[in-house]
Amino acid sequence: MRAQTAVYVVLAALALIAPFLGLYPVFLMKLLCFAMFACAFNLLLGYTKMLSFGHAAYFGASAYATGWLTTVQGWGTIEGILGGVAASMLLGLLIGGIAVRRQGIYFAMITLALAQVVYFICLQAQFTGGENGLQGIPRGSLFGAIGLGNDRTMYYFVLAVFVAVFVFIRRIVHSPFGQVLKAIRANEPRAISLGYKVDRYKLTAFALSASFAGLAGSLKALVLGFATLSDVSQSTSGEVILMTLLGGSGTFLGPVVGANVVVTLQEYLSDLVGAWVSVIIGAIFVVCVMIFRRGFVGEIERRFGQREG
Amino acid sequence: MSTVFGVPLPAILGQLVLGLVNGSFYALLSLGLAVIFGLLGVVNFAHGAFYMLGAFAAYIGLQVLGINYWWALLLAPLAVGLLGVVIERLFLRHLYRVEPVYGLLLTFGIALIAEGIMRSLFGSSGKSYPVPALLQGGFNLGFMVLPIYRAWVVLASVTVCGLTWFLIERTRLGAMLRAATENAQLVQAFGINVPLMVMCTYGAGVALAALAGVLAAPVIQVSPLMGSSLVIVVFAVVVIGGMGSIVGAIVSGLVLGLIEGLTKVVYPEASNIVVFVIMAVVLIWRPAGLFGKEQ
Repeated sequence: MRAQTAVYVVLAALALIAPFLGLYPVFLMKLLCFAMFACAFNLLLGYTKMLSFGHAAYFGASAYATGWLTTVQGWGTIEGILGGVAASMLLGLLIGGIAVRRQGIYFAMITLALAQVVYFICLQAQFTGGENGLQGIPRGSLFGAIGLGNDRTMYYFVLAVFVAVFVFIRRIVHSPFGQVLKAIRANEPRAISLGYKVDRYKLTAFALSASFAGLAGSLKALVLGFATLSDVSQSTSGEVILMTLLGGSGTFLGPVVGANVVVTLQEYLSDLVGAWVSVIIGAIFVVCVMIFRRGFVGEIERRFGQREG
Repeated sequence: MSTVFGVPLPAILGQLVLGLVNGSFYALLSLGLAVIFGLLGVVNFAHGAFYMLGAFAAYIGLQVLGINYWWALLLAPLAVGLLGVVIERLFLRHLYRVEPVYGLLLTFGIALIAEGIMRSLFGSSGKSYPVPALLQGGFNLGFMVLPIYRAWVVLASVTVCGLTWFLIERTRLGAMLRAATENAQLVQAFGINVPLMVMCTYGAGVALAALAGVLAAPVIQVSPLMGSSLVIVVFAVVVIGGMGSIVGAIVSGLVLGLIEGLTKVVYPEASNIVVFVIMAVVLIWRPAGLFGKEQ
């Protein structure tokens, strides 16, 4: 436990001083947003063993909703974020309501197909700007007092939200609710026979995961100032799976590590090798699935004998 | 001119014919997926990529090696099918013991690799593949001119689907295959080489996808991304038909192509999503799919 606390302290310290280490703040914020997205995804895959193959739908829907609310409707930053989260939660309840009726690969295929519906709606609807997406989303300010235009201020805001979400997800996993989720992961028929309304627990987990994914998406829209089709696309859904697998699904820090690795790879490789990036991402996928199913953090935890969560 | 719901009848018939052509591709692709899923329990995400590779094999064959369309119909599925056999042998085989979602993730990675390689080599823009001389021209159906090539696609696809159905449901080999789907261990105990059969089945399913790709090459532009969104539609088709059901895959492929064509006339905006909406409705009403058995 002590080693773990030390890891968290070091990571927190690094996150606090990161903007002063010469790292580009917008890039750091992108890392945080995708890490949050992966943590949200991990709540489903890692703790309930539900593989959602369309999580970009919630990430992207919220990015669009926040963008539309702040630019067209003139809402404030906080209201815009909350509106985006509400949109993705509703979407999560809707899609999850259909998907949780089936398990395993059926669940994966249903979430994938319904996410594709969201993609096509975003492509054709008026308010999303079609192929162009939404541009010039303002960052606004917090409570009308703290302007977020400054990259460093925005960074600390995003960091604060990220830490809050991270702690909250940890709390969920350790709560009685989280214990039931883990029971479902271990043996679903047994959980049913013990009298748990399994579908309701799974749907709640799904909606929570969709909401956090949405929060990540709406922050990403504010940070970069735009929401585009790639936010709702299937390749983004694939990336968040890879982040979680690579870092270690079912571990708290795994998705964070995985998101950092994948986003950094993409950022630096896409300039160097162009379309070969997707070959590299695909190859990492294959390696992960074949010989590295525990992921980075999962392997470390196994070596050092600390299982948590 | 006669109209139905204010839409001219010829327009509806025209879209129905085009829908049938699309449905033929859906049927071929979902058939391969269903065969693979039935025996291996793997949802082959790379199916769209193999379809793309089939089309590219035909394109490269013609441009570089001078192999004509008819030989491509034979050789491209063979080559891509062999690639499938290699992938099964090297990767998929080791995942049968772990959860089925890993098969899905592995094939997703393979699809990314295949699409990335083709995109790096050929760029994202489409390449056109000429319609073979024998199949140029069209029939005048009265309400539209049906290109002979499209009629050929429907004919070829229905024939191949029928033959595959016959092979699986009515022959000794098919009986062994179905038995292995029910209980692989028992069939193995009877002295049948199940791992070999699994390997060949994957290769055959992949070859079907590649065949669809060759058939599609003259109709659409050959591009590295031609399979990536199609595969999701085909997934939905397979879920609607009932996972692993051969008849379900063929019938729902053709029917959904028709429905999609009809939607293009009535409400074009929804034509991209109608298959997914039907999937959602079917799942609520009959979770195992239209032709599937509840497990």
